Amino acid sequence: MGWKFSDDLPIYLQIIEAIKTDIVSGKYRSGDRLPAVRDLAFDAGVNPNTVQRAYAELERQGLVQSERTSGRFVSIDEGKIEELRKDISNAYIRDLFKKLKDLGMDDKTIRDVLSKWRDE
Amino acid sequence: METLVCNGLSKTYGSVRALDHVDLKLEEGKIIGLLGPNGSGKTTLIKLASRLLVPSEGEVTICGLKPSPETKAMVSYLPDRNYLPDWMKTGELLEMYSDFYDDFDRSRAEEMLRSLNIDEQMPLKKMSKGTKEKVQLILTMSRHAKLYLLDEPIAGVDPAARDYILKTIISNYDETATVLISTHLIADVENVLDEAVFLKEGKVVLHQNTEELRETTGKSVDEYFREVFRC
Repeated sequence: MGWKFSDDLPIYLQIIEAIKTDIVSGKYRSGDRLPAVRDLAFDAGVNPNTVQRAYAELERQGLVQSERTSGRFVSIDEGKIEELRKDISNAYIRDLFKKLKDLGMDDKTIRDVLSKWRDE
Repeated sequence: METLVCNGLSKTYGSVRALDHVDLKLEEGKIIGLLGPNGSGKTTLIKLASRLLVPSEGEVTICGLKPSPETKAMVSYLPDRNYLPDWMKTGELLEMYSDFYDDFDRSRAEEMLRSLNIDEQMPLKKMSKGTKEKVQLILTMSRHAKLYLLDEPIAGVDPAARDYILKTIISNYDETATVLISTHLIADVENVLDEAVFLKEGKVVLHQNTEELRETTGKSVDEYFREVFRC
């Protein structure tokens, strides 16, 4: 039902990740209104309190602002969104290096492989 | 505020102890899973809360009141079997619910029936099992109750109908109500639950927030359940 979640992480963290990706990818732009708690809960097939918790955390991180009557909006602070893009891409790169190292490659080999891959 | 409270609640059938000194507090605004294998006491607990059974020991209260006609007016109960006369048409059922329950929201029920293309002229006995269960759930969830007791609402229907049923539950309870769902199909319901209560041989062996459970065990509720109840 709804979104796919992995078993080993709390769902609110996975919702936070999904929304962050949507913000960085431009699905939700700066100043866009986010879905209402109940609508997102319905879509994702999760408990509304879980969505509430994810939104609260996004607010705390300054990525989302709530207006008392009209809902929640993606931050208009472009710097914040750029920062988020960096965080997410750094996490991917860290993960990539870790996986390649687990395959037994050293830093130099990895760099060689990456530059070769880019050239192709 | 607590909607359902059990204090040392026990029920014995002859020499069988179906519930064994259960202490439980369920808060408002929560969807709670009552999870346990067959014969663990889930239905007994629900029947005690809906006043179909009386405790052998201890007590259960709903919004501070002992089960009575007054609490029945606040509790919307979906039994684990077909309980409606099957010759009745959907339209007649709406009529009956409006007569019985002051908190029944007929227009909400009609809207849900329409969205499923269920004909108000069709009698229950002509419906498939899945459709029948959906009609019963729609009637149950269309009441503005304080406590919803849903006994195995998704057993015996296909996965698409399960999704529909769970989404109906998410979109229809309000923040001052509590929903208690009993089931052994944990993987299907766990994402909509705030809290999980594990029943084992009539005893509560766990009552925890589901997100906390995932965080501390690194497992889904379903996986954790399989561990606790391994045969």
